[in-house]
Amino acid sequence: MSGVPLSYYVVFSGLLFSIGLYGALVRRNVVGILMSIELIINASNINLVAFSRYVSMKPEVGQIFVIFVIVLAASAAAVGLAIVLAIYRNRKTVYTDEMNLLKW
Amino acid sequence: MEPLYFIARIGFYLTTLITIVAALMVVTLRNIFHCALALVLVLLGVAVTYIFLKAEFLAVIQILLYVGAIMTLVIFAIMLTSRIGDQSIPQTNRQSLFSVGLLTLFSLFLVGAVLKAPWKLNPVTLSAHVDTRYLGLSLMKEYVFPFEIISVVLIVALVGAVMLGRSDQ
Repeated sequence: MSGVPLSYYVVFSGLLFSIGLYGALVRRNVVGILMSIELIINASNINLVAFSRYVSMKPEVGQIFVIFVIVLAASAAAVGLAIVLAIYRNRKTVYTDEMNLLKW
Repeated sequence: MEPLYFIARIGFYLTTLITIVAALMVVTLRNIFHCALALVLVLLGVAVTYIFLKAEFLAVIQILLYVGAIMTLVIFAIMLTSRIGDQSIPQTNRQSLFSVGLLTLFSLFLVGAVLKAPWKLNPVTLSAHVDTRYLGLSLMKEYVFPFEIISVVLIVALVGAVMLGRSDQ
């Protein structure tokens, strides 16, 4: 009935998570880091939906959680990009290693 | 019905392949605007994966909210901040090689562990079909408290974003 096994989805989301984590660790541009965090959030969403479809006790729990996670990701993106714009206005940079105001 | 399943499976593998390649483009391309376009492709691929998991409502939400709203925000932020096309600025910091090695090891470990794990599949949820009506009913009945909390969080985040984004005369 369901063609693709569960482990395939989990491997897929694990690869997506690793790529996103690499971007979040390595990129210098703050907008790039935020986009990598979106990748990580999407990987976790795939995991939630796949597990709720294959192994959970109730079929709707994972999808409800994914709705909440998408809302939280939207608000995180809005606040994060507002912070980026505020920093750019004051410091004229979007690179993380040039934002050393709190570092001595 | 057997050839139809076969075609669907091929399509699914193609989708995941395209998604992974686009995700690699998101983290490696130099031009940040191209990265945003690749991220749109990744989000569409994830929406197709939701359809394969029989979560159509989530696929629609994904396209409306992520591709429609969040990516618009990201692209606006890119166009308002960065000096696109400046090839001389390095886009990665010095931990690049170290991170690649460590995350490759982590991925290999994860894939091995996942492929070895004995999953106890639940036939009840596997045959259940969670449609939009069911999701809405359970949001209004069983999960109404987190639903209210998330609306408070959303309004706080929006007010905070407006406050942060306002120019101080």
